[in-house]
Amino acid sequence: MASRWFRFAAPSSFYPLAGKLVPPTAMAAAALAAIGLYVGFRVAPTDAQQGEVYRIIFIHVPAAWMSMFLYVVMAAWSAAALGFNTRLSAMMAQAIAPTGALMAFIALWTGALWGRPTWGTYWVWDARMTSELLLLFLFLGVIALRQAIDDARRADRACALLALVGVVNVPIIYFSVHWWNTLHQGASIRAGGATIETTMLVGMLLMTLAFWCYAIAVILVRVRAIIMERERSATWIAAQLPAQATS
Amino acid sequence: MHSRVSEREDPATQGAPDGVLAAVRWAIARDLSIAFRSRTELGVTLTFYVIVVTLFPLSIAPERSLLAAIGPGVIWVAALLASLLSLSRLFAADCADGTLEQIAMSPFPLPALVSGKIAAHWLSTGLPVVLVAPLTGLQYGLDAQSLTVLVASLLIGTPVLSLIGAIGAALTLGVRGGGGLLALLVLPLQVPVLIFGAGAVDAAQAGLSASANLSLLGAALALAVVAAPFAAASAVRVALD
Repeated sequence: MASRWFRFAAPSSFYPLAGKLVPPTAMAAAALAAIGLYVGFRVAPTDAQQGEVYRIIFIHVPAAWMSMFLYVVMAAWSAAALGFNTRLSAMMAQAIAPTGALMAFIALWTGALWGRPTWGTYWVWDARMTSELLLLFLFLGVIALRQAIDDARRADRACALLALVGVVNVPIIYFSVHWWNTLHQGASIRAGGATIETTMLVGMLLMTLAFWCYAIAVILVRVRAIIMERERSATWIAAQLPAQATS
Repeated sequence: MHSRVSEREDPATQGAPDGVLAAVRWAIARDLSIAFRSRTELGVTLTFYVIVVTLFPLSIAPERSLLAAIGPGVIWVAALLASLLSLSRLFAADCADGTLEQIAMSPFPLPALVSGKIAAHWLSTGLPVVLVAPLTGLQYGLDAQSLTVLVASLLIGTPVLSLIGAIGAALTLGVRGGGGLLALLVLPLQVPVLIFGAGAVDAAQAGLSASANLSLLGAALALAVVAAPFAAASAVRVALD
């Protein structure tokens, strides 16, 4: 049973599997995003305190969740890359980093757009925003280290180490920023509302699923490109290429 | 080749260490003796720290209340940058002349040798900053109580900077865009140290107890002492492969 799964640890068998998984996940992402945005913008009621502005949370919150989740997933693949010395794990980690950075950036950008009308400023040194910014730097660090090393195998292991050191630090950074924030300034204005409207929750859930599917689809496309680039001298790639060209 | 290469002892013959602690001691002694033979490097780091601290009053305003408010943060940021400045040389010279490869091949555990190098880095760059810090604190009008806490926080915190920084220094060995990349990798990881360190002095200034922040710094130091040498040693092995 286990061997059937480990079969896909080989780039040659994972490449076609990833190719098969891309279209359904991409379509699911599009469909879920369409429904989620419809629910978020048309069905969900206007917020009593914030008005229409709050609707950006349907993008902001899933992006923020994804950015943190993707960092943990990247670290997990990095641990697998170092522990089992599997090339595909490192390629997955490499493929995740840009999407994670994008999610962190979207979360910050939408947060700024939401903060302007709500808090009256694009940026406050809020604990969550600051730690999200640091998370973006951590993603950028992994990407930059990858770019700076020519040897792919060395880059794999260096980035994996960095991601693991980072994931140990993420909770420390989060709590330190949180405590710093509470020491320096009073609690920021947080969206009150103890109860959240069901339609809002449904919209947010749908958008979260859409972000998940999008991330999976994009990461699989990217990992296919990475496999193609790294294994270009392998014979099985040559067998893949004509099939790709005709289909 | 640099002249000091010929002065280096051969690790295989000179005072061969037997055991983990001996390996640590050997690495500290070796790196310190190299550091003291080229004292300009020590002076440059320390001068850099003092210059950075001096730039802030010049660029903001030499108002006493303002300076006292930004002082702890400025001093901590300057200590952070001074540590960063010297980090890129932690393994670079040894890597360039092949000594690092010899060290990695020695029968003694690499984490022990690496932690010795980190300790020497702190003794030669961190400790001088800690010793000069009260003087720069006086420039910012910190009172005696705050100065004591400042020195205590730097004493606990700057070793953490060297420990975390060593991982980044090893990862960026011989890599394109070394210095800037090292900063990008290391600075976000060092943020907690900065927060707790400057926070301790802020608390002392406000008449509160700094023990919470100092305890957290101590916890960070304990974690880093245990974990960072292993991570840095793995990073060295990655760089040498």
